[in-house]
Amino acid sequence: MSTAFSSAKFSTQPFLLNPTSAASHESPLLFAKPTSQFLGSTRKLRLSSSSKLNLSRRSGTVVAVSDVVKQKKSKSTPSLLITKEEGLELYEDMVLGRAFEDMCAQMYYRGKMFGFVHLYNGQEAVSTGFIKLLKQQDSVVSTYRDHVHALSKGVPARAVMSELFGKTTGCCRGQGGSMHMFSREHNLLGGFAFIGEGIPVATGAAFTSKYKREVLKEADCDHVTLAFFGDGTCNNGQFFECLNMAALWKLPIVFVVENNLWAIGMSHLRATSDPQIYKKGPAFGMPGIHVDGMDVLKVRQVAKEAIGRARRGEGPTLVECETYRFRGHSLADPDELRDPAEKAHYAARDPITALKKYLIENNLAGEAELKAIDKKIDEVVEDAVEFADDSPVPPRSQLLENVFADPKGFGIGPDGRYRCEDPKFTEGTAHV
Amino acid sequence: MATSFHGVGAAVAALSSSPSNSFDSKKLLCSPRRSFPVRKGASFVVARSDGSVNFDLNPKARRAQQLIVNAVATKSDSSPASSSSKPGHELLLFEALREGLEEEMDRDPRVCVMGEDVGHYGGSYKVTRGLAEKFGDLRVLDTPIAENSFTGMGIGAAMTGLRPVVEGMNMGFLLLAFNQISNNCGMLHYTSGGQFTIPIVIRGPGGVGRQLGAEHSQRLESYFQSIPGIQMVACSTPYNAKGLMKAAIRSENPVILFEHVLLYNLKERIPDEDYICNLEEAEMVRPGEHVTILTYSRMRYHVMQAAKTLVNKGYDPEVIDIRSLKPFDLHTIGNSVKKTHRVLIVEECMRTGGIGASLTAAVTENFHDYLDAPIMCLSSQDVPTPYAGTLEEWTVVQPAQIVTAVEQLCK
Repeated sequence: MSTAFSSAKFSTQPFLLNPTSAASHESPLLFAKPTSQFLGSTRKLRLSSSSKLNLSRRSGTVVAVSDVVKQKKSKSTPSLLITKEEGLELYEDMVLGRAFEDMCAQMYYRGKMFGFVHLYNGQEAVSTGFIKLLKQQDSVVSTYRDHVHALSKGVPARAVMSELFGKTTGCCRGQGGSMHMFSREHNLLGGFAFIGEGIPVATGAAFTSKYKREVLKEADCDHVTLAFFGDGTCNNGQFFECLNMAALWKLPIVFVVENNLWAIGMSHLRATSDPQIYKKGPAFGMPGIHVDGMDVLKVRQVAKEAIGRARRGEGPTLVECETYRFRGHSLADPDELRDPAEKAHYAARDPITALKKYLIENNLAGEAELKAIDKKIDEVVEDAVEFADDSPVPPRSQLLENVFADPKGFGIGPDGRYRCEDPKFTEGTAHV
Repeated sequence: MATSFHGVGAAVAALSSSPSNSFDSKKLLCSPRRSFPVRKGASFVVARSDGSVNFDLNPKARRAQQLIVNAVATKSDSSPASSSSKPGHELLLFEALREGLEEEMDRDPRVCVMGEDVGHYGGSYKVTRGLAEKFGDLRVLDTPIAENSFTGMGIGAAMTGLRPVVEGMNMGFLLLAFNQISNNCGMLHYTSGGQFTIPIVIRGPGGVGRQLGAEHSQRLESYFQSIPGIQMVACSTPYNAKGLMKAAIRSENPVILFEHVLLYNLKERIPDEDYICNLEEAEMVRPGEHVTILTYSRMRYHVMQAAKTLVNKGYDPEVIDIRSLKPFDLHTIGNSVKKTHRVLIVEECMRTGGIGASLTAAVTENFHDYLDAPIMCLSSQDVPTPYAGTLEEWTVVQPAQIVTAVEQLCK
């Protein structure tokens, strides 16, 4: 996997640069050539000697996405991108994601959770970078790798862990499981097992937002929807169909590609004719942005603009976050295909370590403070496990609940009464 | 198709004046183990497709009467005479669908329509004609040709507060949306632990038409019936088309409404007042004594045509339009089986794995003791519907086959 890429690449005129002209919005359809190629190989790790890259690496500062443009480069003393408060919030969220996922692995191997469990280790910057900018009424749609999206959106760790243990106190009453995290309260619309399946649902949520504003005349409705999915999904029809519809109707949605280069054992480069996913945005009439997904501040900057665009009614954005999962595809994946050098390369760019470094070097937080957060999170996660352990498993009577919102859907039995009126119904079978 | 409907209606109505002694049980060819209740001075029961029923109020039949006119506004014990004397208005089935849809859109601003050519084109079967002009392009949304995605979009919209009506231009196209219908539409309420409801209506014309070719002549109800969490209904008359459309839109469950390509031009007089048809109930089309014929959608008319012949031959078939394909109304069906003890199912699905197959199993399971003969199920042939007219005719069940089947059942 090559490192010959700049911190961000644009396939449209960058609109998020240059604070002086922040108010004016450049036409999103102007194209700027990417400054360097997104190269990659499944075999060798090609290290780049690009000076620009080394400069940004050596400086150690997390630079903004706008670094590519010369105007921004002249500002050699970048103002800090976040406040201390924000920094700690981001740090805590990422640590929560990491600690939770590590605990999931432990619990899985101890036989507390079953089935397919897909862990998010390494990708925390994307979830935190985007979701922490949302309001509660904004919606998030995810895939099967959804634990951390749920946590970032505000679903309590207890509820997520219980769900994974299959207990009735889980966020979906134990009926969804690892791949189907839902929360009405926090507007997490899933959790989908098939890839690409959630993208139309996200498009629908964005449609509702637009509908509320324009048909129901709820003038202040500016809810945004984020759809998270991976590189494999970007070869799927639903992805393209929804890019088309979202751009066509200018829906308030951001399509976030978590490009971790691997779809189970299929390398993105082996599966995709043109691996630069961000370029597919302009083909449908929306900006396409590539960002370093291992850097939470860069992601956050891009997210801010994309979400802002959606909120203002300017339409969708496609954001490709280059990221990496430190573990296998799922806990059942032996992860033998990936080059150890590639893994090492990305492990060195651990987003949590990077943020920690940024916070300390910019005097936003001290070592002790961050350690305290680590400890707090450990306690939260331990508590979640304890809570899940102590929670009851779903009783037999729960089996037929929630099949229908209106249980009259089970039909009329031979005796003329609706089956659901029969108190013994939940002890029977659900055949109709 | 409309002409045959009128024909059947007239024929059935004409029978009401025939002397009751032609139905003397001694002349019947069936030899039942249980005796038939003798009708004393019965005015022959006419169940017209306009939903009104002229009954001699036999207590057993009272329940059936209540099943038909399930109007929200009318009283359930209104006498048939008064309900049939209301003027109402005449329209075609597709207009009835539109009327139902329009009334619901007027009633609830969250109801919206999505589909191909539903807006400016007015719908390929004119079901949504005029709605885009009235409600705007966002409420009657012309989608690109992407069934899987716009059905999914409808589901996402339903989860977040809207009540979409998704139109498949032909039901067969919804095969492309099977992923969303099965995985999301049916399941999300359950997998989310009841947090999200999906009050979506998915509708469109299906069934075998006039030489439309194999792919446009599919019966999707057999493919969708296993999906947990959805309800399926099939309309067959303007009355129940409007009633089911409205009920489906008001339901909190995802409902798939099956229309039939050949029934859109049926004409009927329907009530002026607001009414809905119960989604889970079957419709008694023609009460009878000798055999229960269960059918739905277009086959209802083939059955009624066969009923004409059967009555002339001295049989008294009870015809039930099951309407609710999932779940089955086992009460209406059961009552009928307990009365007649013989069941014939006439459907348009293919032999293998169709609605008839499920219905056969359900009736056997629940009413085995009441059956005097094995259930007969007449289905379409297990072939891709051919284009040639003659071949196509042989694919679906024709009235002559129904007559033969009843004669065989009643031996």
